[in-house]
Amino acid sequence: MSVTSIDKDFDSMTLTLIADFDAPIERVWELWADPRLLERWWGPPTYPATVEEHDLTPGGAVTYFMTGPEGDRHRGWWRITSVEPPDVLEFTDGFADQDGTPNQDMPTTEVHVQLTDRDGGTRMELRSVFGSKEHMEQLMNMGMAEGLQQAVGQMDALLAG
Amino acid sequence: MVVCNDTDEAVDDLFHALADATRRDILRRSAQGELSVSRLADAYPMSFAAVQKHVAVLERAGLVRKERCGREQLVRSDPEAVRRARQAIDQLETAWRGRVDRMSRLLAEAPGFEDDNTRRGHDR
Repeated sequence: MSVTSIDKDFDSMTLTLIADFDAPIERVWELWADPRLLERWWGPPTYPATVEEHDLTPGGAVTYFMTGPEGDRHRGWWRITSVEPPDVLEFTDGFADQDGTPNQDMPTTEVHVQLTDRDGGTRMELRSVFGSKEHMEQLMNMGMAEGLQQAVGQMDALLAG
Repeated sequence: MVVCNDTDEAVDDLFHALADATRRDILRRSAQGELSVSRLADAYPMSFAAVQKHVAVLERAGLVRKERCGREQLVRSDPEAVRRARQAIDQLETAWRGRVDRMSRLLAEAPGFEDDNTRRGHDR
């Protein structure tokens, strides 16, 4: 089990996760930096991700889709805000419509990843904050709960399976 | 992105409401059951009027509802609003736990797997 700790702060809508990997920092960084590797862990096993654009530079984008059992596709995107290989990656994580246009009705999160070398192993600290203003706005929209549940609930079922 | 002013104001109200420790505490207490304003007032070193003001801020943000019951004013959290916030974070947690597990499994494969794109049938 590599998740060392997890903290959920409902006041600031922040998830903080610490994981320790028994692998050098460069290899953990590669999981983020190599699109072919990213595909192998980003989506759940039955909703594998296919990464299309993968530009880890500030302002750059990562775009991907996840393919479900029925051939259904779910698109998502990252907008990169900060990159310092092999330690830091920051990006906005969002959903997109079928044609790849960022979906404004779905929540975005600000993701901050920090990797640290620990005796040859690697600690990954991940902070994910719901895109405050926009997201809270969406939370207040009654229709949103269903939309999010539908999108993320699919993941839940898969992760449990 | 087009944001209607009404919604914008509502969001400001929500942030303002959650920015105060007493109000967050009131929200927590009222989430556990209906409470009267006078009982809440007993719980804090402040006047009835001050507590009433906090409740009014929470009410404006849509986080609690106030109902009159005889001479008492009852405060109840809006379970929908609270539930939606919790659900969103819980789902995020589930997603990330799964991802970390898969990262871990990938790292456990032999080093140099980066170049081995022909490999199939990993994990399940």
